[in-house]
Parts: sequence; structure tokens; C-alpha cells
Amino acid sequence: MNKDKITLCEDLADIMPPEYHELVETATYGKEGRGWKDIGSSKELIEQHSLCAGCPESIAFRYILASLPAPENTVFVGSTGCTSLVFPHVAVQNIHSLFGNQNAIASGLKRTLKRRFPDVEKDVVVLAGDGATVDIGLDMTMQSWFRQEKFTTICFDNELYANTGGQESGLMQKGFVAKMAPAGKNFDKVRLPEIAREAGCHYVAMLTVSKPNRVEKAIRNAIMVAREIGPTYIQLYTPCILEIGKQSMEGLDEMKDAESIGGRFVMKEYISDQAQELLDTIAAEEKAKKKAAKEKKTVSA
Amino acid sequence: MSQYQVKAGPEAFLPPAAASMGVILPNPGECHIEGRIAPEEEGYEYAARKFLEAKVPTIFPGPLVLWNWNENATKKAKAIRALADALPARLIPMADYRPKYPKIDAEAEINPNHPNLTIWHNKIDVCIFVGVHCHQANLALKIIRGGTDCFTMAMCAQAGHEDACLSFRDATVEKIEKLMAAVNKLKKEGVKSQAVPFKQIKMTSSGRVA
Repeated sequence: MNKDKITLCEDLADIMPPEYHELVETATYGKEGRGWKDIGSSKELIEQHSLCAGCPESIAFRYILASLPAPENTVFVGSTGCTSLVFPHVAVQNIHSLFGNQNAIASGLKRTLKRRFPDVEKDVVVLAGDGATVDIGLDMTMQSWFRQEKFTTICFDNELYANTGGQESGLMQKGFVAKMAPAGKNFDKVRLPEIAREAGCHYVAMLTVSKPNRVEKAIRNAIMVAREIGPTYIQLYTPCILEIGKQSMEGLDEMKDAESIGGRFVMKEYISDQAQELLDTIAAEEKAKKKAAKEKKTVSA
Repeated sequence: MSQYQVKAGPEAFLPPAAASMGVILPNPGECHIEGRIAPEEEGYEYAARKFLEAKVPTIFPGPLVLWNWNENATKKAKAIRALADALPARLIPMADYRPKYPKIDAEAEINPNHPNLTIWHNKIDVCIFVGVHCHQANLALKIIRGGTDCFTMAMCAQAGHEDACLSFRDATVEKIEKLMAAVNKLKKEGVKSQAVPFKQIKMTSSGRVA
């Protein structure tokens, strides 16, 4: 798919509801420099969401969609969980995989897209919850990293199985008592970022979604590194406000608390030397482009 | 056991899948009319007559013909518009498959997750699906048959739909035009459209303009 294909058939365009006209006219597809600042002013790639009011995962979804370098050439692979409730609303190609299978599906998809569209950079991004990534799908997740598959894995870490009532997950913190885990968790939160690094990921980041610019940078870095070098992994803390007994308005505070000094979600980033070199090159190119644009503006003024 | 007939509903809250009742899909060159396999030509005339008899005949174009994703989609859209003008019939889009309640404007759009709302709101008695992906068409056709008295038809680009009261298969621009030709032929023979006068809804990005 490319931007040219996101247009309406002329003969039936006049019966299409306004939101589709708006999507065609003002979506950020193909716009250079698109980012989280477009949220609220441009047509977003997510019209509505079917998550709970105030759910941090819905915030994460919006930031991720706004941060994709090329949404028209991106395919999401989702898995069972709260994330799968949002996929029907997203104006980006997506596939729903079996629970835990997401990284295996993404591996095949990325290879096929590479063969089918050799001249176009197609980004594959896995979006799955912690149950799919760390418990049920850990095998598929890690095997894809071992094989150096070139796609990004994003884990929405809400530290439990949220939409099935609050069962214990591998990413739940030690001692936490959930509705369906009344005895409390006996062992530590699985350290997946460290595992990802050791398993061969070239860019790993763990953060909350309280700061959109940080999320945007991490997503872009991960996708650019995955394009050129190898697997990347991002773990986003998206607390389930219902399961931890918070109100709709308290999601942001919960994330801020979790990322404060000593918290379990203080931002962590691991970048391999190869990836760092690439990111430095991209940063230098962007800087040069901005400088040139500024000079052009000054001359024309 | 007599053959199960795929009649207009309301059949039940959960109507049986027509396939499970022994209804089979037509072979190329055929269609099915209420579960009976018939030559395609018979289907065109039957569909045209049903449309002309209807008070609120409606065409539901789906994403495959609404979005300009290839040249054929554009041609099909043109043919569908011509068919709607020839009948005349309302055009109500099924633009995507998101569950849009409670926001959906049931008068102006249809959704596979609750198509009955659009049927009830507009009092649609005969409709045709065209350009809707099969899995979503199956869902919508079954819900319509379950809860409304609308006669459903499908102009399917694949193998057809058992759950439609009448289904064509392998839909092409030519087949849509053949259906239009059947309508024009009946009109020439003196069959008059019973459609209640209406105005086609028109939209822009700023909202409804007509």
C-alpha cells in the first residue's frame, strides 16, 4: 500500500461519511516530520479506541501511530489481549496472530514483504501485551531475536493479564496481589530488556508512555535500526488502571511514579555499537537537513 | 427432508448458517436463489424484479469498491453508481468494519457488526452487498436474516454467499452491468419501480450536504 492508494473512488466518494474524507485529505500519511505533535490537530490514524476510559495503552497506541516513520508502508502484527481490541480502529495494515505467535508471523511477513517489494522499505512492527510476549509467546519472541529478524517488537507491559480479569504474568512485580492471583507473585518481574539485549536485539528501550517525545524517539530509533541492522525491542509500561485499583485520571500519575528515581520503569536504553553508528548518521543527516532548511528560509526572507 | 430455503427473515435471534442446513454455493455461471441453484441469467432477472418491487431498494458498497485501490475498483464503482441511478436505489456505504456504535449514523452508513440498525432505520426491504469482504458479508447477511425482513442479495467476487437470499459469484464490472441491463429490460416491458421517492445522501469532509 502507498499513499496514492488511500483515495476514494470518485463515483462513490460523495456517499462516504466525513471521517473518510478527512482521512484522505488530512491524515499524516506521507508527511515528512510527522510526530506526536500532530495528535489533536491532524487526522489521526486511530479514529476511536475501544479500551477503557483513561487507559494508558490508548495513549501508547496514539503515540506509536504518530511516530511511525512510514505508516503507509507499515504492517502491525498484533496478538490476543487488550491491544487486539484497538486494531479494528487503526488505519494501518494489521494482522491478528494466534496468542503468542506474533513474532513467528512477523518473521515470515517481513521476509515475504522483502521479496515481494524489493524496492520499498516495509516496516513490520509487533504490538503485543506482556502475556503474549513474555509468557505464552516467549519462545517465538526470543527465536526471532536469535535469528536476527529485522522487525520491531513492542510489548505493552501492564504487568498482568488485564482483560481476562487480572491473572499473574511473568512481567508482574514480585509480591503483587491481583484479583485472580490472590496469593501474590512469588518471583521477580522477568527482566526482558536484559534478555532482549543478550538475545541479539540491537536497540532495546524500556519506558513509560508519560512523555510523548521520549516514546516517539524510542519508536523511531527502534524502527530505523530494525530496517537496517536487526531486531529491536521496546517495553512500554501501560498500567491497567482497573486491575491496580486506580481511577481513569490516575494512569499518568501511576506512570510518572513508576519512572521516578528508584522506580521499576526508570528509562533504560541499550544500543549496540552498530546501531549507535546508524543513529548518529541519521541524526547528522537530520541536523544538516534542518540547517539547510533554516538557511533557505533566511535567504528567502 | 425438504430443502432449506434462505428466505428473508426475521428467522431467529441466531439463524442457522445456511451452509449447515445443506445450502451449497453455485458453480461458475450459476447463482443461488433462496438456496436453489439456478442459471446466472435467471438470477439477474429475479434480482432486478425484486429491486423494482421494493419500496426501499438499497445498494451497500463495501471497501473493495469504495477505495481506489486498483483500476478495477474504479470501474466497479462507476457501474454501481449507474445501477443505483437506473433503479433508483439508495447507496449506503460499508466503508470499513469497525464496531462504530453508538456513533454510527444508521441512516448514512452500515456496519457489519450491527447492519440491522441501518435496515430498521431506513426500512430497507431489498438490498445488495457488493465489494464487501466475504467474512464480513457473511456476518452481516446472517444478522440481517436473523433480525429483519429484508431480502438480501450478494454480488460476490469470490464463490458466493449461502446466507444471502440470492447470491451471484465471481462479480465483475460486466456482471453489475448485466444486472443493470435486466433492470432496464424490465422497465422497458412496463415494470415500474415501486421505490419511495428519496434523495441520495451526499457527504464532504465538513458533513452532510444533501
